[in-house]
Amino acid sequence: MAIHPAGQRRLGVLGLLSPAYLWLTVAIFLPLSAMLYFSVLSDVPFGDTDWHYSLENYRAFWENPVYATLLWKSVKLGLMVTLVSVLVGFPCAYVLAKVIRGRARETLFLLVILPFWSNSLVRIFSWAIVLRGNGVLERSLNAILPFEVDVNLMFSTAAVVIGLVHSYLPYVILTSYLGLQAIDDSLIDAARSMGAGKLTILARVILPLALPGVLAGAVLIFVPVVGSFMEPRILGGRVGTYYGTVIEDQFVAVFNWPLGAALSFVLLAVVLGILALASPILRKAQT
Amino acid sequence: MSALAYRTLGLIWLGAVLFFLYAPILVMAAMSFNASEFYQLPFRFSTQWYARLADNQEILDAAARSVLIALCVTAIATTLGSMASIAMFRHEFRGKRLLQVLLFPPIAIPWLITGTAMLIFFFGVGLGRGTPAVIIGHVALAIPYVIVVVTARLATFDPTLEEAARALGADAWTVTRRVTLPWIAPGIVAGALFAFAVSFDQFVVSYFLSEPGDSTLPVLIYTAIRKGFTPEINAISTIIITLSMTVMLIAARYSKFGGDR
Repeated sequence: MAIHPAGQRRLGVLGLLSPAYLWLTVAIFLPLSAMLYFSVLSDVPFGDTDWHYSLENYRAFWENPVYATLLWKSVKLGLMVTLVSVLVGFPCAYVLAKVIRGRARETLFLLVILPFWSNSLVRIFSWAIVLRGNGVLERSLNAILPFEVDVNLMFSTAAVVIGLVHSYLPYVILTSYLGLQAIDDSLIDAARSMGAGKLTILARVILPLALPGVLAGAVLIFVPVVGSFMEPRILGGRVGTYYGTVIEDQFVAVFNWPLGAALSFVLLAVVLGILALASPILRKAQT
Repeated sequence: MSALAYRTLGLIWLGAVLFFLYAPILVMAAMSFNASEFYQLPFRFSTQWYARLADNQEILDAAARSVLIALCVTAIATTLGSMASIAMFRHEFRGKRLLQVLLFPPIAIPWLITGTAMLIFFFGVGLGRGTPAVIIGHVALAIPYVIVVVTARLATFDPTLEEAARALGADAWTVTRRVTLPWIAPGIVAGALFAFAVSFDQFVVSYFLSEPGDSTLPVLIYTAIRKGFTPEINAISTIIITLSMTVMLIAARYSKFGGDR
């Protein structure tokens, strides 16, 4: 039986696409479904445990204020890191996109993006060496300043914020840069020739046009920071208990997987809510 | 302020950001060559921590495992991702938009959630933790990056070239092998390097999926840091960061200078 050309074509497409998407299904989508299932169990369904369906894990989230408090603490950390990154990163992206030209721009851009593609754990560890008491930061400050200062930022919220900004800053520089680069210079020239000052140009021309890129970067930072646990653990010490570290504990220390799954799912709901709110902006940033 | 003042201010800002990004890494690298175990200054040059590293079987094993896993992940993810990119480039079909949207969850959902979900699922189906589980997880994280990079390269490809080859009698496989693949090769190389970096630098997912005593290098480092720092960790971290930055520099070269000019 001869295969119809259209049928053959469809088979070809299917053959090329299905391995990748089957893999994603097995390793991403089925696990997420399994986690949803686990979150409504009373105990892990392995071995001869006595388990039943229950919403007690979600009830724990509502009834024990610890979880909601920590989630709010993580959200605040996310907002803080995002805000600092945008304030630091946007001017940087502007300089790269509109001030520097030619080969220097390419090189500097690469230098900004490069750390982002190196090991995040190692970079957090490097901050631990810099920030610890009697560490490099304190010694160099004391060498420069005429008076003795006592800087021990290690194991503080400030250390966590610094480490996370260091990890995610390149995101917002990258997306803002792409947004700024798309702005036609003649628009800026036109505004200037009609008498607009620098601040007016920034507020009325550049910022509105660059906003989708900046917001895309903000979302890309906020989402992983809310779910971070390694950075607060290493740099935060005792004050480093966040929503993410509680989830981590459920899986590696307490072994209450159903509760961990429920807490993860609440986090996922928050993340998806934010992505849904931001998706019109993100789509705009893509074009 | 004059234009020159603004320009200078901007450049100072950029310089400060670059200092912020690189200073801690450079400090860490410098400390790995410091003789003092407690990071004491003044600085005395020594390579003893690197020498100790060579005797630390646990770290060497983890390093070998990390590289091996990254190579497996690169091979699988690059092949599957490139195939999917070519299919999406050549054909219009219903649901294509959905397939593109499905690439976002592995990138956008925090790894903490993905990693714990994988742990639950792999235990549920009897695979459990260990190197195979880590590879399966990493490949899923790397595929979207490969598809994005290869698709970007395909966007510069003229599909009439494929038509021309077909019209001249080449079969589908020959068209792919002799026309399409050579053109997108730089994109595939860049995608492969991204996949390698995603796997080699991955910590969170490996952390939940690897077995104690059978862990990847980042997981081993995390466990070691929580017990207390030693300059040996500095030494291995310096090696890792040098390696992954080199890989990314090559990737940037390929994706940028690959043939646009």
